[in-house]
Amino acid sequence: MAAAALTLDGVRKGFTRGGRRVSALDGVSIAVRPGRVTGLIGPDGAGKTTLMRLAAGILGPDAGRIEVLGIDVAEDPLAVQSAVGYMPQRFGLYEDLSVQENLDLYADLQGVPRAARRARYDELMRMTGLAPFTRRLAGRLSGGMKQKLGLACTLVRPPRLLLLDEPTVGVDPVSRRELWAIVYAQVREAGMTVLLSTAYLDEAARCAEVILLHQGRVLGQEAPAAFSGPLAGRTFEMRVEGIPARRLQARLADVAGIVDALVAGDRVRIVTAPGFVPDPARLLPDHPEARLQPVPPDFEDAFIARLKDHDGHHRPPPQVTVKVSGSAGDEVIRVEGLERRFGDFRAVKGISFRVRRGEIFGLLGANGAGKTTTFRMLCGLLPASGGELAVAGHDLRRSGAQARARIGYMAQRFSLYANLTVMQNLAFFAAAYGLRRQRRRERLRWALEGFELGAYRDVNAGLLPLGYKQRLAFAAALMHQPEILFLDEPTSGVDPLARREFWARTNALAEAGVTALVTTHFMEEANYCDRLVIMAEGEILAAGRPYEIRQRARTVENPEPTMEDAFIALVQGREAAS
Amino acid sequence: MKKTSDLSRAARGRMRLRGMIRKESIQIMRDPSSIAIAFVLPVVLLFLFGYGVSLDARAIPLGLVIEQPDAATAGLAGAFERSEYFAPRRFGGIQEARQALAERRIDAILWLRNDFARRLLSGGEAPIAVLANGVDANQARITEGYVQGAWLAWLGRYAAAHGRPLAPPVALHHRVWFNAALISRDFLVPGLVAIIMTLIGSMLTAMVVAREWDRGTMEAMMVTPLRIREVIVGKLVPYFVLGMGGMVFTVVLAVYQFDVPLRGSLWALGAASALFMLVALAVGLLISIVSRNQFVAGQIAIVVTFLPAFILSGFIFDIHSMPQAIQILTHVVPARYFVAILQSLFLAGDVWPVYWANMGAMALMLAVLMALVRRKAHKRLE
Repeated sequence: MAAAALTLDGVRKGFTRGGRRVSALDGVSIAVRPGRVTGLIGPDGAGKTTLMRLAAGILGPDAGRIEVLGIDVAEDPLAVQSAVGYMPQRFGLYEDLSVQENLDLYADLQGVPRAARRARYDELMRMTGLAPFTRRLAGRLSGGMKQKLGLACTLVRPPRLLLLDEPTVGVDPVSRRELWAIVYAQVREAGMTVLLSTAYLDEAARCAEVILLHQGRVLGQEAPAAFSGPLAGRTFEMRVEGIPARRLQARLADVAGIVDALVAGDRVRIVTAPGFVPDPARLLPDHPEARLQPVPPDFEDAFIARLKDHDGHHRPPPQVTVKVSGSAGDEVIRVEGLERRFGDFRAVKGISFRVRRGEIFGLLGANGAGKTTTFRMLCGLLPASGGELAVAGHDLRRSGAQARARIGYMAQRFSLYANLTVMQNLAFFAAAYGLRRQRRRERLRWALEGFELGAYRDVNAGLLPLGYKQRLAFAAALMHQPEILFLDEPTSGVDPLARREFWARTNALAEAGVTALVTTHFMEEANYCDRLVIMAEGEILAAGRPYEIRQRARTVENPEPTMEDAFIALVQGREAAS
Repeated sequence: MKKTSDLSRAARGRMRLRGMIRKESIQIMRDPSSIAIAFVLPVVLLFLFGYGVSLDARAIPLGLVIEQPDAATAGLAGAFERSEYFAPRRFGGIQEARQALAERRIDAILWLRNDFARRLLSGGEAPIAVLANGVDANQARITEGYVQGAWLAWLGRYAAAHGRPLAPPVALHHRVWFNAALISRDFLVPGLVAIIMTLIGSMLTAMVVAREWDRGTMEAMMVTPLRIREVIVGKLVPYFVLGMGGMVFTVVLAVYQFDVPLRGSLWALGAASALFMLVALAVGLLISIVSRNQFVAGQIAIVVTFLPAFILSGFIFDIHSMPQAIQILTHVVPARYFVAILQSLFLAGDVWPVYWANMGAMALMLAVLMALVRRKAHKRLE
């Protein structure tokens, strides 16, 4: 075997945050093998970005030794930086430079000879599909195109080691596939070594090898298949007529011996503890016809099981109590021909949908599909240019505080006060919703306990790990026990573990009769929704139950299409039609 | 994979530097705010200081209180009435005049008591009371000076007319040098060059470098073979050119539009401006390296560079009339040295001792600042 492209040996790194020393990496030793794609996964705050920055030589370790391509990073960071390509989470293109000018800058910085540039540019533009846009300012590109340009800039001189820090966060599924195609082509054709961190487990599953990082320590380094090996015989799917998958999931999640229960379309996927043999008759005595079907374990099962084994069993989220007027099945949101124009630009082009009480309704789509604009109109933050809308019978733009008190809104990127503590944030939102005395004390206690924020109560919100920020924002939006929830990209950038917790809570709320409208660009999260619409460029491409939408993309080659397959098929079908 | 090896080390370094400079120049040209600071702001400031702000004594409203009018007082009052510096108004009594002063209808009172003529004729002391409104200390001091000047002129004529040699202990002859007509515009406009260059050099530079941190562009750039030296020079060169452009533009406007004299040599002005520009750029770079945040960098730049250049440089307020402690503080304000050079070049000509002393001070500051920039700037995130 060839020498490792990147080795870390007993690396430690800590930061001072708000007067406290926080350890980001705590004795990490890994070796990344050359000529293949290695994935770096782990929850938020596991130390993934720190590891990338250490390898790129823009952070120095507190202890330990890092070697990149045989060069000691501490001794000669410049030599390392000349040999690696590094794409940080926010690549930071110069938005006031054109695509070509950005490329030229990086070609200059990387010392690409002028004679060699033409061919390389052509190749990169062909791979990224940016050739028609070389004169466009980078700031005017879509999110996916920006990310592809970022990658092109990183690859302008083929690096021997490519470090990618969550390169696909917030990128639409089509661009995501294109990004991967480019990366894998580099590995295949140029023998490049790639280390990438990702929050998408399906991406990790495609890597040759995966390093699982948790709380600054390495929990494992294996091929993805090897990760799921120990789970053989421990994964099942269950479907019971008459019990909605969500309720079934809630029941199964409480059973001792079941490590993980997950809604997967109309079924529930479970992972059992080692040695636990699930018996449907005992799990669901009231449904003797219930059957468990063994399924092969996938990488996500393995990831979650590994983390849960490490942390001990997570307590299921507490039940939430909401007083809901009316009965399940009432129509609470009605949107008819809704339109929104910004100047000449039609952000939302006459969409219609209805949401019933107690439903989880999803708005799926890439960035710029018009999801957030639709949301803002529904919440009364933005006037509609045309069409009708009613939330609980009101147009929130015109109705008073009373109608607004019935909705909860969780904004994209969690609008929290970064320099207030968790408790101060909660107290502020409680006050803003007009909660007083006894009720206020009760709700604050509920938020701290129910969202397990007690340990962080005096920490500034800005210093919280992303998953905890999300919990805090969710708690704040639920302070006044709203009947209708608007959740705008609640899981963006949040790790899989935190995403599951979030969905478990949302499920519990829906069970209690709360209606939830959720936007997401994680296609697989669509499975948690009762119904959803897929949006692209302000239009609804498809609406229905997750299963129905997936079935539309069914082909002979792909009998079990994922939501992402379905989305891509819809978008491509639309492009072909126009 | 070995494509880079056909370029020499030096060639690759030049390529990187050229790339940085080109990128920075394109950004300047596409950013309306940098062009505005370099070329629109000078126009605004020049018009403001050229036409709006005036420290000159012109038609100072002066209250005259003459308790017993006679030939002697008429002569004195006439001297004030003829002067273009004063617009005197007569008041019947001191109470009435004081009221007018309090209401700011007049800036000062000249009070001749009823025994003025008698004491003057008896050869004794003939006191004149001058009451000035001290709310605006600058204006009060100017008024006081002009009153004294007018009075002395009258006294001289009076003595000559009466054939009596005037024997004051000191004969004060007023002769204002360099700015004979005492036009404050001629004195203010050269200082503006320093203000404008401070804005471009320190504020604009501090903001644009901090912006690279804010937008995350710095992190990607750090993981390239780029040397920190190349980052610094790549930033300095375009803003140096922009700042010098702003300087030339301001000087041309000052000389041709506002008729401010330029008595010193052009090369001396160019050299001093270039040196000051480098100092201002070094301060701007240092601020942005330390703060790494656009908003904070902007605030620090205002407090540390712009306000001192305005207040403590001698641009408007005379350094020698400041309290001792503040005078010492002005020594760390680079604009102080540049304003001194500018004022001497514009109003007096090449005064080499002044020129070289101030150039030396700026050169020393530049050396210290560049050493600090070099030490603080590194390719690390911490």
